[in-house]
Amino acid sequence: MDLLRFATAGSVDDGKSTLIGRMLYDSKSIFSDQLESIEKTSRERGDEYTDLALLTDGLRAEREQGITIDVAYRYFSTPKRKFIIADTPGHIQYTRNMVTGASTADAAIVLVDARKGLSEQSRRHTFLVSLLQVPHLILAINKMDLVDWSEEVYESIRSEFVDFAAKLDISDLTVIPVSALQGDNVVDASANMPWYKGSTLLHHLETVHIASDRNLVDVRFPVQYVIRPHQSSHHDYRGYAGQVCGGVLRVGDEVVVLPSGMPTRIAAIYAPSGPVESAFAPMSVTICLEDDVDVSRGDMICRQNNRPTVAQDIDAMICWMGSTPLEPGQRLAIKHTTRNARALVQELQYELNINTLHRNSAAVDLKLNEIGRVRLRTTMPLLADEYRRNRQTGGFVLIDEANNNTVAAGMIVNAN
Amino acid sequence: MNKSESGGSYSLSQLQALESEAIFIIREVVAELEHPALMFSGGKDSIVMLHLAAKAFAPARIPFPVLHIDTGHNFVEVLQVRDQLVAELGVNLVVGSVQDAIDRGLVQEEPSGSRNRLQTRVLLDTAEKYGYNALMGGARRDEEKARAKERIFSFRDDFGQWDPKNQRPELWNLFNTRVHLGESIRVFPISNWTELDIWSYIAQEGITVPSIYYAHVREVFERNGMLFGVHEVCQPHANEPTFMETVRYRTVGDASLTAAVRSEAVTAQEIVVEVAATRITERGATRGDDQVSEAAMEDRKKEGYF
Ligand SMILES: Nc1nc2c(ncn2[C@@H]2O[C@H](COP(=O)(O)OP(=O)(O)O)[C@@H](O)[C@H]2O)c(=O)[nH]1
Repeated sequence: MDLLRFATAGSVDDGKSTLIGRMLYDSKSIFSDQLESIEKTSRERGDEYTDLALLTDGLRAEREQGITIDVAYRYFSTPKRKFIIADTPGHIQYTRNMVTGASTADAAIVLVDARKGLSEQSRRHTFLVSLLQVPHLILAINKMDLVDWSEEVYESIRSEFVDFAAKLDISDLTVIPVSALQGDNVVDASANMPWYKGSTLLHHLETVHIASDRNLVDVRFPVQYVIRPHQSSHHDYRGYAGQVCGGVLRVGDEVVVLPSGMPTRIAAIYAPSGPVESAFAPMSVTICLEDDVDVSRGDMICRQNNRPTVAQDIDAMICWMGSTPLEPGQRLAIKHTTRNARALVQELQYELNINTLHRNSAAVDLKLNEIGRVRLRTTMPLLADEYRRNRQTGGFVLIDEANNNTVAAGMIVNAN
Repeated sequence: MNKSESGGSYSLSQLQALESEAIFIIREVVAELEHPALMFSGGKDSIVMLHLAAKAFAPARIPFPVLHIDTGHNFVEVLQVRDQLVAELGVNLVVGSVQDAIDRGLVQEEPSGSRNRLQTRVLLDTAEKYGYNALMGGARRDEEKARAKERIFSFRDDFGQWDPKNQRPELWNLFNTRVHLGESIRVFPISNWTELDIWSYIAQEGITVPSIYYAHVREVFERNGMLFGVHEVCQPHANEPTFMETVRYRTVGDASLTAAVRSEAVTAQEIVVEVAATRITERGATRGDDQVSEAAMEDRKKEGYF
């Protein structure tokens, strides 16, 4: 059994909470005491039906206001897979939460209301899915019961969406007509839509092929921590601990350590289960090298002929998450792989209107939840890849050193 | 872990993926924060945490102490395993005692007899006394609604308090571990594990947990629809007859308010089967304290509770 992480996004009232509640309920992942508790709340509020959406509203403020504020994580499993849902709020003021949820997702579900068709919000959600390079996108056209299970409605939304998605960087798109409320095509195939021949939502999530989404070509091992047991039994032991970000490392491989460029070979690899012959993403392992080279946290082990760019000038798309705007000239801390440095914002190249995709190069700042392209100059070289090539070695966060808040998510476009 | 598992593609099982994620997080804490400690009660989640910590730094020793906030309402079996594991791994155990804080008049016993809230104060005092600025714990997001929204690196102000509306975004695996002096961070490396994952892992790894997690015959009585074992700090009232029953504990917290469940499961593998089929959450089945209100946990966390 493997693990699939997916994010869900939709506008308020498109039925996202109902859909998640339905998946949990139909896969028998809701416990009876949870159900009793929401039945009670529904009764007290005078709802006509048990509001499955209540299952996902975690914080007091959210329950009181009846809205979702923050990313919530849900868990369920079927005999085929374990699933982690990042349930993200849809409104534009929560763009940063959706970016957060999408950053680790293997798949994303964008929900639309069949009666309303594509909205500005659905376009924005789709854009964020492509910006964050979530490998698999599912458009769930919900509330099909309210449009008489119409194939025409489905078809017109589908084709409009396919046209829109073609302008973005989306590698795998699946469109599924559902009724979250009645359960059609969520877990069980719909008897009301015999014209739909594709998978149900859950079946698709269970079977979508994710193993090849990882980069198994470019060896990237950022050193996280150096293990040196001060024990006589392991006197000369030095292990480099970290999580593999790309490629396959094998015992005996010739490798180099960046930024020094020192060549050496892999002497041993220890996985959590003990010594292994090879390691790949996302394994946490400890690597021993044949030569006594100088390696510390923030360095990277890779192959001689396949290296990341060692760069201090970084062009990147960023999603600004700070409450005060980003302006050129600002200095921020940057965390990239296991490396910490400082960065100067040299230039704001443009602000991207995420509803129209229009590039505004006259923009003078980036406000909360805005997305733009910047050029950064870092105090220390980064060992960087394009985000498109590797989400781990291509992503970074910016931190405001005055208050220690995480103020931006960055995706490297170009490094030199 | 091996190629053959999925026909030639390199892939991890869900337990291996969760294990690697947790080890990455534990190492990140040690790499970036100066004074971490691991909350360790002798319960199953904290035992899994300790097991992961040992793997994260092998062959070196675990480079931080473990901290037990002792309510004084203990199950002896749990303390035995706590001490056994600490000795085996050669880690330093620090105990913050609620009883001691009561005796010294720092906190007052609550009318209900529950020491859950008192724990918070003792935890904050102990962390301050030893200068811990990062406390790792075995809390899981599937346990409770407020936890479902908490970050893996959960920032606390200088009163140890959580502000749920003002959490740092957490992107990829790039954790922001920065704190100012006096502030601290709680870290939950097994956030993404469920009760079922924990038991599957205990079964897979052959991890020792206290015997009361497994089915045994015990003298119990019924209260609020739950089964409580007769214990020094958990006595039946006159109208609560006791009887012998085959039970096990799903959680092992404060003995005065942790209930047992009927069960025949005597091995970790049997518990995996039982948990997979169960229809009641861990807290719903066994915690007297969380039934108080919808937001009980959120409120306690805001005060500085784990
Ligand atoms: N008829 C119908 N109503 C739905 C469907 N899905 C959700 N709803 C209703 O739409 C409303 C909003 O749903 P909710 O899940 O709270 O939306 P959210 O804001 O996206 O989480 C509720 O009244 C739901 O009962 C559906 O498939 N069909």
